[in-house]
Amino acid sequence: MLPRRTFLIVTALLSGAIAVPAHAATIQIVMDNLVVSPAQVTARVGDTIEWINKDIFAHTATARNGDFDVAMPPKKTVTSVLKKAGTVEYYCRFHPNMKAVLTISP
Amino acid sequence: MFVRLSAAIAALSLLGGAALAQGAKPTDPQIAHIAYTAGVIDVAAGKQAITKASNKDVKAFAEGMVRDHEAVNKQALDLVKKLKVTPEDNDTSKTLSKQAADKLAELGKLKGADYDKAYIANEIAYHKAVNGALETLLIPSASNAELKSLLQTGLKLFQGHQQHAEHVAAGLK
Repeated sequence: MLPRRTFLIVTALLSGAIAVPAHAATIQIVMDNLVVSPAQVTARVGDTIEWINKDIFAHTATARNGDFDVAMPPKKTVTSVLKKAGTVEYYCRFHPNMKAVLTISP
Repeated sequence: MFVRLSAAIAALSLLGGAALAQGAKPTDPQIAHIAYTAGVIDVAAGKQAITKASNKDVKAFAEGMVRDHEAVNKQALDLVKKLKVTPEDNDTSKTLSKQAADKLAELGKLKGADYDKAYIANEIAYHKAVNGALETLLIPSASNAELKSLLQTGLKLFQGHQQHAEHVAAGLK
């Protein structure tokens, strides 16, 4: 077994290494009763969006510029990672009244 | 474009008129039956459209109708089971079903762009009528809060369907 001191140093180094990219966030966007909320979200490239569909209907988050098209089955949560910067308007292909904007900074 | 009112719509309008004239509101078991029947009708119309439609937007719209109305009806079945309510068949449901069957047969004779236009026109008119019945009669008459809430969700969804159908129809011209 390693001496206690060595063990602590190794642990400190490891946790330091893991904690480095601290700015990648997870952001929740909820589809509930045919409404997207929040309707405006700012995020950064590398962030994860947790798409939470609380409805009994299937929804999509479809970017008008083609950057992403996420399918959300009823009552399910799916995640996607933002890959490209830009201000992206998106909507639900099945319920085109559901619209929102994601502003993604580099 | 001239939108012919389908017989089913006439039945829904009659439902409002007749029930209000008598001063009698439909009961929850009747409301559940009418709402479920209205959903079944649109699922059947959608399934026919999936096989017959030639325009891709019309076909995608029809797939959406089947998906959404089946989802609402499944929720309705779960709810009546939970509430131990037995949906009660009634004259309005019977008239709706009969007239929808006639409409389905009528649409079944059409082909290509004629079919697409007629199906979408009927979807607009049908959703308009169903939404009117929901707003003025079914939702105000529902006494159970969960049933009322499901009908309200339905109304919001079907208003979206109506707009979606109007958008698709505009693209067909």
